[in-house]
Formats: sequence, C-alpha cells, structure tokens
Amino acid sequence: MSQTLDPRAAAHVSEVAVSVELQTPGMTINIGPQHPSTHGVLRLVAELDGERIVNVEPVIGYMHRGYEKLSEVRTYPQITALVNRIDWVSGFANEIPLIVAVERLMEIEVPERAQSIRLILTELARISNHLVFLSSYPLELGASTPLMHALREREHVLELIEGVTGGRFHPNFNRIGGVKPAAGGGSTQKKVLQDLPKGFLAETRLAMEKVMAICDDLDSLVTGNEIFHARTKGVAIVPPDLALAYGVSGPNLRASGVAFDLRKHEDYLPYDKYDFDVAIGENGDCFDRFDVRLQEVRQAARIIGQAIDDIPSGPLQAKVPRVIKVPKGETYVRAENPKGEMGYYIVSEGGRIPYRLKIRTPSFSNLSILPWALKGLLVPDIIALLGSLDFVLGDVDR
Amino acid sequence: MTTFVAVEINFYVLLVIKILAVTGVMLGGLLPVILGELKIGAHMQSRVGPYYAGGRWGWAQPMADGLKFFQKEDLVPAASDTQVYKIAPYLLMVSTLALFVIIPFSPDLIAVDLDLGIFFALAISSLSTLGVLMAGWSSGNKYSLIGGLRAAAQIIAYELPLVLAVIGVVIQAGTLSMVGIVEAQIEMGVPFLIGGQVVGFVIFFIASLAELNRTPFDLPLAESELVMGYLTEYSGFRFAVFFLAEYAGIVAVSAIASTLFLGGYGFWGLDPTVFGPFVLAAKVGILAFLMIWIRWSWPRMREDQLQTLAWKWLIPISLVNIMVTAIFKVVF
Repeated sequence: MSQTLDPRAAAHVSEVAVSVELQTPGMTINIGPQHPSTHGVLRLVAELDGERIVNVEPVIGYMHRGYEKLSEVRTYPQITALVNRIDWVSGFANEIPLIVAVERLMEIEVPERAQSIRLILTELARISNHLVFLSSYPLELGASTPLMHALREREHVLELIEGVTGGRFHPNFNRIGGVKPAAGGGSTQKKVLQDLPKGFLAETRLAMEKVMAICDDLDSLVTGNEIFHARTKGVAIVPPDLALAYGVSGPNLRASGVAFDLRKHEDYLPYDKYDFDVAIGENGDCFDRFDVRLQEVRQAARIIGQAIDDIPSGPLQAKVPRVIKVPKGETYVRAENPKGEMGYYIVSEGGRIPYRLKIRTPSFSNLSILPWALKGLLVPDIIALLGSLDFVLGDVDR
Repeated sequence: MTTFVAVEINFYVLLVIKILAVTGVMLGGLLPVILGELKIGAHMQSRVGPYYAGGRWGWAQPMADGLKFFQKEDLVPAASDTQVYKIAPYLLMVSTLALFVIIPFSPDLIAVDLDLGIFFALAISSLSTLGVLMAGWSSGNKYSLIGGLRAAAQIIAYELPLVLAVIGVVIQAGTLSMVGIVEAQIEMGVPFLIGGQVVGFVIFFIASLAELNRTPFDLPLAESELVMGYLTEYSGFRFAVFFLAEYAGIVAVSAIASTLFLGGYGFWGLDPTVFGPFVLAAKVGILAFLMIWIRWSWPRMREDQLQTLAWKWLIPISLVNIMVTAIFKVVF
C-alpha cells in the first residue's frame, strides 16, 4: 500500500462519535470465504472496533484455477474455451482481446460482418453483466425485489446470446479470423443458414426496449430511494488519483470521474463507427459506481441499436490456415470488459501453443483498493463497497 | 371481564382456557400473515410463490414449513452458553405472546382488561430485548454477537418514540385501558386516528417496524452482512420458535396499533360485539400488508443512520406531538 496517500480521505464522516476513553479490545472477524455477500470465496480478515473497521485484509486465491499455466499446454483455439470461464458473468467479452491478440500476431484481417457481430455480442454481454450487478447490489443493501425484476429482463439478453452462439454464459463463439458459423450450422449446411439466426435483429431491437424499460424501473425503484442514497452517497469514496495508482479500471474508474474508456482509446473492435457517450461519475462513491453502470447499460443499448441498423454483409471468417500457428513475437491487447480493462499478453515462440500467456483481469486490480477504501468505515459499508466494485472471484484469481 | 363465559368456572380451568384461546388466536392470525408474506412478496417479485402445498395458492405452506423445522436436528454449538442458548427463543416467544393478553377483540372479548393495559404492553415488549441479546451472546459466534448487540441498541432506541407516541393517545382518551381507548375513539364519532393523532401513528408505525427488526430496520439480521445475525446458529425447532415469534410480533404490534390509532374493533355502523373481531382482523391485515410491502421494496439502513433517525427525528417530533396534544386538550 502506498504510504503517501492519506487513508482518512476515504472515510466518510459518520455522525456517530466513538468513545475513545473506554478501552475495549478489538474483535477480529473472518468474513468469508463462505459468506452470503462475498461473491464466492473471497475472505476478508477484518479488525473491528465495535462496528467500526480498523483494518481489512483481503485474502484471495481460493478460486485459483491456473489458467495462465493451463494455456501454455493448449492450442490457441482451445484457450478460447478457457478464457470464457475467467469472468463467467460476461463470458463472451473475455474472448475478444485474446482472439484479437492472436489475429494481430498472425496479421489476419477480420471481415467487417464478423467484427460487427463480435461488437453486438460484446455489448450484449456488457448489458447482461451490468444487469447482474444492478440487481444484486440492492440485494446486498437489503432490497430483494430489484434482483428479480432485472434478472427477468436479463433473460431476454441471454436468450439472444444463446440464439446466436448456442451458449448462455460460455459461448466460445469466436474463431481466429472471425466468428463461428451460427448455432446448428456446420460445414454441411449452406452458408446462408450459418449466419445470424432468423429474426435476430428484430428481436434484439425488442430486447433493447425492454432493457431500457428496466433501466427506468431501476431508476425509480433503486436510485430514487432515500435509504439507498443514504447508504451509498459519500460512502467509500475512491479519489481519481488513488484509483489510477491502484490500476482501477472500467466503471469503477469512471465513477471516480476519469473519462477513460478503452472503447474510445483502442481499436480492437470498430467502436469508432458508432456514437456513444462515456458515462462518468462525480464523487467516486458507491452511488456513482451504481449510476455509471446504469448509464452504461443505456449506452450499450444505444450502440447495439446503431450496430444492428447498419450491420455489413459479407463473410463471417477470413481465410486462415487449418492449423493455427502463430509466428514468433509478442503482443498485448486490452479491451474494455464489462468489469474493466481485460488484457492478454501473448509471448509466442512460434508454433501451435503460446510460450506464455499473461492475463490482466480487471477484478484483481479493482479489488486491491479494498483495504485502503474501507479504513474507518462501518461494517455495513464493507458490503456496500464490496458490492459496488462488481468483482467476480474467478476474475480475481484466474 | 370475560362475561362471555356465562357459568362460574374454577380459576385454573379459566386460566387454561384463556391460555389456549390466546395461543389459538395467535396461531390463527399468524399463518395468514406468513402466507401473505410469502405470496405477496412473490408477486411483487414476479414470482408465483408457494403453489403446491395444500392445493390452492399453497395455503398450507406455513404449516409445511413448520413441520419441516420440527424434523430438523436441534443443533447446539459447542462454544455456546448452553442454558442461555436454549432458553432464549422461548423468552422471546413468551414476551410476544403476552402482548395478546391485552388486545380487545370486542368490548367483552378480551383476556384481561387491565387498567394499565397499554402500559403493560409496552413493558412486556421490552422483554424481547433480553431474548435477542441472550441469543446473540450465547451462540458463541461473532456474527450472532454483533447481531444481538445491534438488536439491543435498536430496540432501546426505538422504545422511546414508541412510548412517546402512545402518550398522545393516552392524553386524548384519558385512560390507559385498551378497551377505554377504543371506546373513547368510538365516542368521538370517528373510529380512527383518535383526535388527529396522525403524527403519533406514523411514529408508532416506524418505531414498531424497528422493534420487530423488519426492513428497513432489519440490521440485527442483515443477511448480507451478518449471515443471519443472532439467528445464525439456531436450527430446527428453536429457529421455528424465533420465526413464529417474529410473525406473532407483527400481528401483535399491528393489533395494538389498530387499537390505539385505528379504532380497534370499532367501525361505522358495525356492532362491535358481533363484528368487532372481524373489524380488528381487517385492520391488522392492512397494517401487516403495509409491513410486507415495505419489506419487499426497501433496502436496509445503516446502524448510525438508524440511531440518528430515532434520536434526532422521532423522539423530538413525538415530544412536540405530546406538547401540541396536551395544549389542545387543555384549551379545547
């Protein structure tokens, strides 16, 4: 932890003064690895003074599956199946940077239509991921109803993804040089039948209307609630300089007021063709982190609307060799995952398998802010902050 | 007192009858509220809720749940303070059940019409703090301990506005007897919100939500933080007793609120001796629905915000309410 930053700046000023005359021994409490709101197997060792947090130490690693090492003995097409499972809430989006990295090393030009389909599915994955967050965060603060409503609408999005790829969570749909011929298609079927399923575009348009409607519902049910404001506004503020110092990325960084979005800065997918805004927050508190994601869902629906309006025609795959062999070299491709910056650093010695694959996951860096941001807060704020960071333990431990 | 029992009966026999009647009323009022919680909550979340148990609407689900709890192992943690751990749920249950003793269902249908009726209710409901604190302390679990202490702090803080809200009613009615309060409301011609005690009613309702540990004041249970608060280690029958006590508390507090503020068994044009119990049940149903509605809509408050609400808002407002009520009583 950086010592130069003042840890008190993050502590919100509570109206309850703690008596300092009475010497009471602190309590160390283990939150997790089995706990209702640690999103899996995160363990927090919290030192408490009454309800106030003196220190929090996150313990990670319970979910380590060794994906980086596993990748070293797998061919590039096989790795795609692995990376789907890193952040299982936004499976499709995990594939993109890896595939793009391999394509850049092999110098393959991907057809425009495949790029557009990738972009639509990535944004659908973003909506799906954010709807999980927008629904589960109120649950962590005690409101159980938004969960059901948002997950109901998410089902439409998952059905769209399933219609195209055949999988709800782990599509494994990208191929090096393009995308897989659509579900049910194969080499025996005609090329026309292997494209997007019939009626996909119309159904997407309908689903986007439902997504916009649920955003309005959430606005009235959650962000318009006094208690929600009291629980989140000014709680666990992450100032922009600190967020940058810790490598926080994605909506968490934008909530702190830094307008950094890789969709605008990198060209891994043709985002420059579409018109959308980067949602940013003002204070970097829990409320902003919620609000930024809510706005991002709207922006994603906007991007999808434009993308299905002018989806280019053409082939789904570029010409690639039967056996994928990547020439010697190394590259790093990063992309705006729903949770933040997801990057793959590939070192190839030539041949069918990578020499080394380093995976940069957003949740790991986002979670590293935890001990700093929690000092001096109250026990309920642990949950308020944990939930608002929107991490997945598979994404932290890989 | 108990004039509906015409013949002279031995004191102890009468006592047993009264105990059975109170328990029966409690259970009878409880099961619909539990079912309502399950069903209404489900429909608010676009779910179906209980469906199969009992045939239609899953009406037997609360009983099925109860039977399930009976079958479960009664686990006592090794680290627990065993005696205290075992007694705690029953203490809570008794303190809640005792509230039913003073609730009038009609001018005659009341277990005991104490002169100090409402005073007794407020006193006995404070006992629930003890049960919760015992459960939290004796479980030998840090989450339970935090939950128990939160509950104690919360109940103590909200006891004050609860009592102060009642004082306005007592001033208006000029009596502490529950039947007397209802009769005073009927005499005034408007069988609810006695003498304009709107503020008192709102404060009483908020404070009783906190007393019952209901959302948005369910911090002692706070599932996402404290796992299950002071209930974490309880299982089987003892958990079922806690569960029943919670819902019995909803019915009891709703009944007391109806009696104090909503005219109890009285309603325009309805003969209280015949329709009294039904009128009261309807009013309890409305209040219970409100509590269920709030529970499924709102998030949870934080400990300091909860205390702030009690000490900085509810107590001063209820004090002002008492002053205003007293001035009106003297002047007019």
